[in-house]
Amino acid sequence: MVEQAKMSVLLVLPIVLPLLAAALAIIAYNHRTLQRIVAVGALIAVVADSAFLLVAVERDGVQSVQMGAWPAPLGITLVVDMFSALMLVISMVTVLSVLIYAIGQPGVDHDQPVFHPVYLVMTAGVALSFTTGDLFNLFVAYEITLAASYVLITLGGRREQIRSGMTYIIINLLASTLFVVGIAWVYAATGTVNMADLAVKIAQLPSGTQTALSMFLLVVFGIKAAIFPLFFWLPDSYPTARMPVTAVFAGLLTKVGVYSIIRTQTLLFPQNRPSTILLVCAGLTMAIGVLGAIAQNDMKRILSFHIVSQIGYMILGLGLFSVAGVAGTVFFIFHQIPVKTALFLATGLVEQSTGSTALSKVGGMIRRTPLVAGLFLLAALSLAGIPPFSGFVGKLGIIQAGFGAGEYAIVGVSLVVSLLTLFSMIKIWNGVFLGTPEDPTLRLASATSEERLSTPVLMRGATVALVGVTLAIALFAGTLFDLSERAAQGLLDPSAYIQQVLG
Amino acid sequence: MTPRRSVILDLCVQAEFHTLLLLSLYLLFAGHNQPGGGFAGGLVASCAFGLRYVAGGSSALSRSISIPATTFLGVGMLFAILTGCVSLLTGHEFLESAIFSADLMVLGTVKTSSVLFFDIGVYLVVLGMALLLLEQLGGADGTDPDEVQP
Amino acid sequence: MSFFSALIVAVLFSVGVYLLLQRTLSRIILGLALMGHSANLLLMVVGGRAGKAPIVGAFGPEDTVADPLPQALALTAIVISFGVISFLLAIAYRSWVLTQNDEVEDDVEDARIAQLGEAEMRRWWSRPR
Repeated sequence: MVEQAKMSVLLVLPIVLPLLAAALAIIAYNHRTLQRIVAVGALIAVVADSAFLLVAVERDGVQSVQMGAWPAPLGITLVVDMFSALMLVISMVTVLSVLIYAIGQPGVDHDQPVFHPVYLVMTAGVALSFTTGDLFNLFVAYEITLAASYVLITLGGRREQIRSGMTYIIINLLASTLFVVGIAWVYAATGTVNMADLAVKIAQLPSGTQTALSMFLLVVFGIKAAIFPLFFWLPDSYPTARMPVTAVFAGLLTKVGVYSIIRTQTLLFPQNRPSTILLVCAGLTMAIGVLGAIAQNDMKRILSFHIVSQIGYMILGLGLFSVAGVAGTVFFIFHQIPVKTALFLATGLVEQSTGSTALSKVGGMIRRTPLVAGLFLLAALSLAGIPPFSGFVGKLGIIQAGFGAGEYAIVGVSLVVSLLTLFSMIKIWNGVFLGTPEDPTLRLASATSEERLSTPVLMRGATVALVGVTLAIALFAGTLFDLSERAAQGLLDPSAYIQQVLG
Repeated sequence: MTPRRSVILDLCVQAEFHTLLLLSLYLLFAGHNQPGGGFAGGLVASCAFGLRYVAGGSSALSRSISIPATTFLGVGMLFAILTGCVSLLTGHEFLESAIFSADLMVLGTVKTSSVLFFDIGVYLVVLGMALLLLEQLGGADGTDPDEVQP
Repeated sequence: MSFFSALIVAVLFSVGVYLLLQRTLSRIILGLALMGHSANLLLMVVGGRAGKAPIVGAFGPEDTVADPLPQALALTAIVISFGVISFLLAIAYRSWVLTQNDEVEDDVEDARIAQLGEAEMRRWWSRPR
């Protein structure tokens, strides 16, 4: 009883604390210091809380709470299994470091009183999407996250931001509308929206209906996750926001989409696994994302295309529907969230000190900010999957699983994409950190001199911390891979999940 | 262009304003078992302020209310979330509702539930949101002060 | 009843899609609003036939009572789309203030990359062989 009471507090806190802090931050509208203290305090507490949750799940298995004490298929359930606990921990750590970075960067929260409240609401939305066990509540979580992200992406209201923010909002609103339609169909077919209950009831439907529902939800989440035919909005809209915003979007928001794809495809449609479709989409996502990246000439845009490309790996691991493949995917997402964010944060440091991220305008940064160069290199090598780093472990897991399943073609594609990723990281490295700006007419005054450049200490600190997290992931890869494997077992055999929710 | 004010509209709105606010409070408290609730009540209250704005522009709006709209938003959110947390602290699930009844002598028995506090939160959030919209989008002549020139 | 509702859902959705494919921002927003209405109406349609207010035991046996869940879902969805669409309108207004134009703009960087690509192609075809 006491255990259960403790669990209902632990499970609710990642959602309630940021919301509470957001409320306080709105009341303290013009007191920036107060807002900062509240925001950082709340997020530190949430990080600690999600670590407790991970420990609890590791020890006792799936945990769940019925909100408002309404019994399972009727009320809203919060569930956390190994997969959600892992995602929760890493995303909260990332959100916290980006917040500190944003506080350090001049002009992000300084003249924007709404930054902290909105950022906290977004955090609550992300936490809710990882913990909810209800399909409609997942929609609500998405909308909380997205509504906050709409504000964040257009914060400042520059013309470029408005243009690309508009694309972002419209495409996401369209996806949300389709999501409501999807939920309506699911409800029409089964009469429930609780995911554990759905898992039982969808299994009794005719196979054609199952396929229709599964494909429809795949399209909905595919838009959010930016997988192959539905990724076009991402590289256009992400790069225009302020750097901390871009960083946290890049690290988190698409992964929430991937999380939902994995959750729905494994839990709701266990007998109807669209393996081939997912594998083909994965291959095309990887290849087109990386080719798009190669064509770009701006750090932010290159990295934005890489987000798409890396999503392909995650879908590849899922598409195999084997414990090894899904475990690889779980580990890969776990590594990708901090790495991608760290890359953007390092890019932000370059932008902060030179005023640009265009490859043709910046050069020779290695002599002038060796720390930033080092941070970027570590994160880039990890992204490209070079052996001692965390990306290698994730890619190795997925590729081994691919070999195990005999899907040689897709494994080949992923290896080529890996090489191209390395190539485009080298392109950034050569353009920005080595050499001099190639086009002298474009040279910025600040980007040509030889003096050392400095950036605010909080910005550097947050980036160092996040790169530290990625190195720690590489260091504890063994333990983490074991956890990912357990998460994958839980995903592919959701009986414990269903048992825990429905009792 | 100087805004022209219609006397009739002005007077009507002044007469209606408080009635509408009372109606919104009635809806808020009636909400649990009858049509109404925090959202509907909040909308009616927003309409009251919206009418003020229609009749007298943003200056009339800012004269009729001195608390910043963001405070409404924040306090409302706080109310709603804390309602959930109270049940958590007393050993129940998050947002679990309880029903209280009190005997108020002459006025008879009053029965209410903890959902009411959640509804008050919703009411304040809706009202704050509407005020913020009127403030931000309805500047004096369609321009807001920090506007960037094209 | 159900057939006509379904028809309205379909008509609203297709009109919404048509408007969404235009280049004018105000039409796109109207299109999204219509699609939102269509989705909400669909939620009502899947709730089965209309019935009495869903309070257990208050208005007669349970099978004459409407299904309350889709109504709750639709209500939530309506509130959400209301909020998001009003934000979108604010952004559209901002865009109009900045550009004096109601059309969706092209991506400058994208156009530049495309130009570079074309130039490269031309160089490739006209290279000395």
